[in-house]
Amino acid sequence: MAIFSVYVVNKAGGLIYQLDSYAPRAEAEKTFSYPLDLLLKLHDERVLVAFGQRDGIRVGHAVLAINGVDVNGKYTADGKEVLEYLGNPANYPVSIRFGRPRLTSNEKLMLASMFHSLFAIGSQLSPEQGSSGIEMLETDTFKLHCFQTLTGIKFVVLADPRQAGIDSLLRKIYEIYSDFALKNPFYSLEMPISMKLKAEEAGA
Amino acid sequence: MTVHNLYLFDRNGVCLHYSEWHRKKQAGIPKEEEYKLMYGMLFSIRSFVSKMSPLDMYAESEGKDGFLAFQTSRYKLHYYETPTGIKVVMNTDLGVGPIRDVLHHIYSALYVELVVKNPLCPLGQTVQSELFRSRLDSYVRSLPFFSARAG
Repeated sequence: MAIFSVYVVNKAGGLIYQLDSYAPRAEAEKTFSYPLDLLLKLHDERVLVAFGQRDGIRVGHAVLAINGVDVNGKYTADGKEVLEYLGNPANYPVSIRFGRPRLTSNEKLMLASMFHSLFAIGSQLSPEQGSSGIEMLETDTFKLHCFQTLTGIKFVVLADPRQAGIDSLLRKIYEIYSDFALKNPFYSLEMPISMKLKAEEAGA
Repeated sequence: MTVHNLYLFDRNGVCLHYSEWHRKKQAGIPKEEEYKLMYGMLFSIRSFVSKMSPLDMYAESEGKDGFLAFQTSRYKLHYYETPTGIKVVMNTDLGVGPIRDVLHHIYSALYVELVVKNPLCPLGQTVQSELFRSRLDSYVRSLPFFSARAG
């Protein structure tokens, strides 16, 4: 998948639209016997691997499922605490699935606001006159492109580093936004967009 | 094509070195605050990137780089971080491509050789060594994308 996600941020830094379309992340499922040779810790309502990287299970991976049943944050589906459950030798052998945790919608809101501020700081620290904010951010796994309109709305696209033509994609998304959101008499400005048509157009 | 300025930070956020060559606009805040703002921005960008990344940063091989560079409409900021937390940050104009090896050279051949290996240079504070300053200056001026003409 060349385009990973699309975010639309309003003037105040709040996320008004978000679309993810990347392939599921790498997961590893293994059977363990007591005692567990990974160190798990609770962080942000999730159980993460803190130490003991091996066989595709990396530090930072979260516990996704135990014995095939999806885990709900730090509690199993039955409502027991995961760490307590894994600390009890009577429950072993147990099969645990680890993987990169998906971003919750709260985290996406936070990241969008964080990017909004970083965009502004990028412009302030500029050694040249008249610089815009961050338009393109490059890492080795993805490239983030941002287009800020004259009204302060930012369209952010995460794509593969080799993907070309993102600038025209950003302009097209702006066009779709103005056609479906702004021309809709029931849409109030700066509020979250939830129209299906917008999602279909954006997915295309 | 030109280089605007260069920052060197250690793992605690102390600005070890700053030099500028062609800088048209100052940040409007005192230098100390500018260093802290720059360090804070880079720290936030790193954590932002590791959360946003759709793939594991270490999926293929150990030692993936993470955040590499960002660009605005007027300048490009290049970033290189060593495993010990030393960060080399260079602002250039837009025509410059990936210069990771240049930043790595600044770290290994200049910082490590002239500052770390020097028993008289205390680490963890601003580099006072005049030799380091002049070698760094002549190295940057010798880079193919550095032009003496401003802009």
